[in-house]
Amino acid sequence: MPEFILITGRTSKQGAALHKGKDSAEYRLATGFVSMNHEDREHLGVEAGRRVRVRTAFGETELELKEGKLPPGMIFVPMGPAANVLIGAETQGTGMPDSKGLKAEVEPL
Amino acid sequence: MKIENVVCPFCGCLCDDIVVEVEDSRITAVKNACASGRSLFLNAHTQAVQPKVNGEEVDWPQAIDAAARILNDAASPLIYGLSSTASEAQRKAIALADLLGATIDSTSSVCHGPTTIGIQNQGEPTCTLGEVKHRADLLIFWGCNPAEAHQRHFSRYSALAKGKLTPNGRKDRTVVVVDVRPTASSRRADIFLQVRPGCDFEVLAALRALLKGQHLDVDEVGGVGVVQLQDLVERMKSCRFGVIFFGMGVTQTGGKHLNVAELLALVAELNAYTRFTTMPMRGHGNVAGADSTLTWQTGYPFAVNFARGYPQYNPGEFTAVDVLARGEADAALIIASDPVAHFPRQAAQRLSQIPTIVLDPEINLTAQVARVMLPTAIYGVSAAGTAYRMDNVPLPLKKVVESPRPTDEQVLDWMIERVKTCLA
Repeated sequence: MPEFILITGRTSKQGAALHKGKDSAEYRLATGFVSMNHEDREHLGVEAGRRVRVRTAFGETELELKEGKLPPGMIFVPMGPAANVLIGAETQGTGMPDSKGLKAEVEPL
Repeated sequence: MKIENVVCPFCGCLCDDIVVEVEDSRITAVKNACASGRSLFLNAHTQAVQPKVNGEEVDWPQAIDAAARILNDAASPLIYGLSSTASEAQRKAIALADLLGATIDSTSSVCHGPTTIGIQNQGEPTCTLGEVKHRADLLIFWGCNPAEAHQRHFSRYSALAKGKLTPNGRKDRTVVVVDVRPTASSRRADIFLQVRPGCDFEVLAALRALLKGQHLDVDEVGGVGVVQLQDLVERMKSCRFGVIFFGMGVTQTGGKHLNVAELLALVAELNAYTRFTTMPMRGHGNVAGADSTLTWQTGYPFAVNFARGYPQYNPGEFTAVDVLARGEADAALIIASDPVAHFPRQAAQRLSQIPTIVLDPEINLTAQVARVMLPTAIYGVSAAGTAYRMDNVPLPLKKVVESPRPTDEQVLDWMIERVKTCLA
């Protein structure tokens, strides 16, 4: 299974969509995807727009695959309910979970 | 009616040049705001809504009674959120935590909490965004992406802003972005340094070594060539006024507060050569106010516990993710925040297992699992109050539309009075 480094974070679409309501289609679309670069996507053999399963040591979730300008081996998921499933609650005494730089696997569905 | 010089309460930029048009107590147009700010004003819910207890509509006294009983019955209640409410309400939340012997924490803990720990270790050179606008000729954005998260930062305060000593705006400044991936911000920079994930500390340590004139016996550090790092050091030493803005790329990766302390040490050492300063890119509109208000009320900026009758501070012990994930909190009061949408699943799940009270203008994901939902007015839209910009400058938020809803401050006041009667 190809292994990636997962980064989660804000996007402008996530920021604008959250005011439409967390139940809105806009918010689900803005937070319910994973992106990787063109070469990694080709290597995975999945078309953009199809769903994939993303798995970390803490959980797994199904997301829409998108292409983005990312370095090889890196995937990005916007902050939100989908990203939360993939993040662990250990904070190493700081209060802050590891929300960036997690090991993740991506599996075609 | 056109209302000018409105402060947008969405992010730590607190842009204060927004123009809002209001007709029949409804916002019909918003000028100057970014996409997120515009969306906030145009989608603001200000109409009357009844509070709910266990999904049933009740009147306010019944809702306050239910909330006060939950908090009084709890052995270890958690009060969390605070960053999207006004400092007047934050102060009441702290008073309630004191009364209950509760833990109180803000969204800082999952944002710039590690920054605060780093500052407590190292000290912090500060400045205002006005100084940045008028003076800064070298801007470094490290692990942050203002083009997506603080969309008017470049135009109002930094890269593009025209100031007294920077009359040509962008032409008078060198912009550097340091990140693990190309972003909308890095595409607007003069120099982009792409760091390998998790290597920020190494790169910062290398910059400190080069600044001290030490020779590095390697070609690259953390994915960045030593030649590029040496070039950046020379630019930092020779600029007139330099600033490092930094974000979650520094605080949410391995090392956390240690990354921040290393960054602050570098900035402190640069002051031997020139004026150099730094600023965390604060996310929520009044998250800087949550730190300030908690500090002047308790002595500590976040992760505060009143169980012993006096405030104790300990990140990792009294931070919200930890007290929820460990199952220690047996009731929660969530103010102006949505931890179910933003916390790791293990911590978020606890909020549906314990009695949770939500004070928020929106039926967010936390409100959907809450036992008591208290719909309040929106600071900066339907309520006035004070918020602190990311540079800790307090700004007055305006009430631009009337709303029948009470403010967070009023509701917390009612709750304090009811808890006092229960205790008596």
